Amino acid sequence: MAETAPVRVRLGAVAWLRANLFNSWFNTILTLLALFLLARVLPSLLDWGLVHAVWWAADPDVCKEASGACWAMIHEKHRLILFGRYPYEEHWRPLLGLVLLVGMIGVSCNHNAWGLRLAEAWAVALAAWLVLMWGGVAGLTFVPNNLWGGLPLTLILTVIGLAVAFPLSIFLALGRRSRMPVIRILCRVYIELIRGVPLISLLFMASFMLPLFLPAGVGIDEVLRAQAAIILFSAAYLAEAVRGGLQAIPRGQYEAAHALGLSYWQARRKIILPQAITVAIPAIVNIFIGLFKDTSLVAIVSLTDLLLAMRQAIADPLWRRFFIEGYVFIAVIYFIVCFFMSKYSQYLETQFRSEQQH
Amino acid sequence: MAASAASAGTMVQMQGVHKWYGQLHVLNDINLDVARGERVVICGPSGSGKSTLIRCINRLEEHQQGRLLVDGVELTNDLKNIDTVRREVGMVFQHFNLFPHLTVLENCTLSPMWVRGRPRRDAEDLAMQYLERVRIPEQAAKYPGQLSGGQQQRVAIARSLCMQPNIMLFDEPTSALDPEMISEVLDVMIDLAESGMTMLCVTHEMGFARQVANRVMFMDAGEIIEASPPEAFFNNPQSERTRLFLSQILSH
Repeated sequence: MAETAPVRVRLGAVAWLRANLFNSWFNTILTLLALFLLARVLPSLLDWGLVHAVWWAADPDVCKEASGACWAMIHEKHRLILFGRYPYEEHWRPLLGLVLLVGMIGVSCNHNAWGLRLAEAWAVALAAWLVLMWGGVAGLTFVPNNLWGGLPLTLILTVIGLAVAFPLSIFLALGRRSRMPVIRILCRVYIELIRGVPLISLLFMASFMLPLFLPAGVGIDEVLRAQAAIILFSAAYLAEAVRGGLQAIPRGQYEAAHALGLSYWQARRKIILPQAITVAIPAIVNIFIGLFKDTSLVAIVSLTDLLLAMRQAIADPLWRRFFIEGYVFIAVIYFIVCFFMSKYSQYLETQFRSEQQH
Repeated sequence: MAASAASAGTMVQMQGVHKWYGQLHVLNDINLDVARGERVVICGPSGSGKSTLIRCINRLEEHQQGRLLVDGVELTNDLKNIDTVRREVGMVFQHFNLFPHLTVLENCTLSPMWVRGRPRRDAEDLAMQYLERVRIPEQAAKYPGQLSGGQQQRVAIARSLCMQPNIMLFDEPTSALDPEMISEVLDVMIDLAESGMTMLCVTHEMGFARQVANRVMFMDAGEIIEASPPEAFFNNPQSERTRLFLSQILSH
């Protein structure tokens, strides 16, 4: 044993290549195939994206001449893409709101900060965000929320969606395993019904059918309706992820909790849920990521999320031909956020595991 | 307090208790009185219902027929009674069932704080006192996963004692332990027995039974076959089944 360890450490580049890429004839073929494909695709991609790309140009004709990507379009339209139809001269407000949201998310990433204080901070931050976006007070002009759009809308739909759906899903998951038949059946029916329906149809229903059931004159805000649909939808999925976590907890944990005299809710809160949610982190984050991207579906009930804002921004006849650059731009934004969530979930898992050192 | 005059000296009273799992009759007409401070060791082949019997005492299992009183409180579907009983009855499990996401100290303070409403300081002092009693105070800040089996079981005993129960139930406390760790747990249990705790232990540690039990009980097929003081139980078993069982477990 003492012999092998140093040998492995000294593995050089050539040895590494041989061990990992050319260790069998099959692997060698795969490696060569991958190299061939890269050689075919990469040069033209670099050509388009970097070498022949136009970075700064106020005139779309400059882009038309060039054979590469027209990043100048992003430069020209980035405010429309990021903030949608929000009044142009008021863009500092969604920008500030964005900074506020991202800042709060940043603070919340420190899991030692989780607690009542943080929840209060979030309540204040969200209230401030709404005041900032809506205005109508303190000298801010009023901006109706059907003009909100772009990244702030996408983020707020996600953040509020998760913040409400997650607790809801915990009750649903517990209810689904309840001993009380009525509660158990209600939760199951809810979960199965919602899971059996596409988010799009839920959004349609919330947007067009809900008003039919309400008394005349009572209107619910459009953003709120879409938000409600997102919450109801993701709660059902999250409930199943949490249930998976609950099932992983051995019976002995319940028995020990009850033998110590803890009540149902005390046992759930102190013993079962902390363990179940830790187990379910990968599944939960998976749904978070899905939800973040699914918010783009609100476009079908005419809310201007990031994706629709981009499509509206490139509707400008002068820049219309450069739509690919627009899609690439928002794809990068989506990717950054999703990649962050994924990395953060890995971090959380290792944090919780290393604390208990299993 | 809860004990009425009639049952002042009786901590556990089982009268004609029956339980079935589907068709399987796991407890068949159990009649048992355990006096305050009494130590009862229950043994028997696996599936004889001995674990089920003690799990009925804190209502981890429900009995379906007969009466079961713990310190004068009858166990029925009344949740208040169940809570009252569970507060007074400590239990130690075969697989420890410590809470892996909490430190040893937090395992011990959780219930006193949340169920008894003790202030944290107070609960921690108490926990350290009991951790010292099971000779493991230096591990208070660790997580259960970092301890050996014997250490974990001693923490589990301390955790139960932190609720200052009147009765302690032990469900095969040493069966999941490596042989070299059994004595450290038994020592703690002997110490506890000497302090006058009312104890019901399901175990096959016959040396322990001889040393601390007031009564040894043999169960088979859901029935109490024989119950007598250890001397009589080991030297002069009355029933053929008891004799067979003893010859099997004492032969090696």
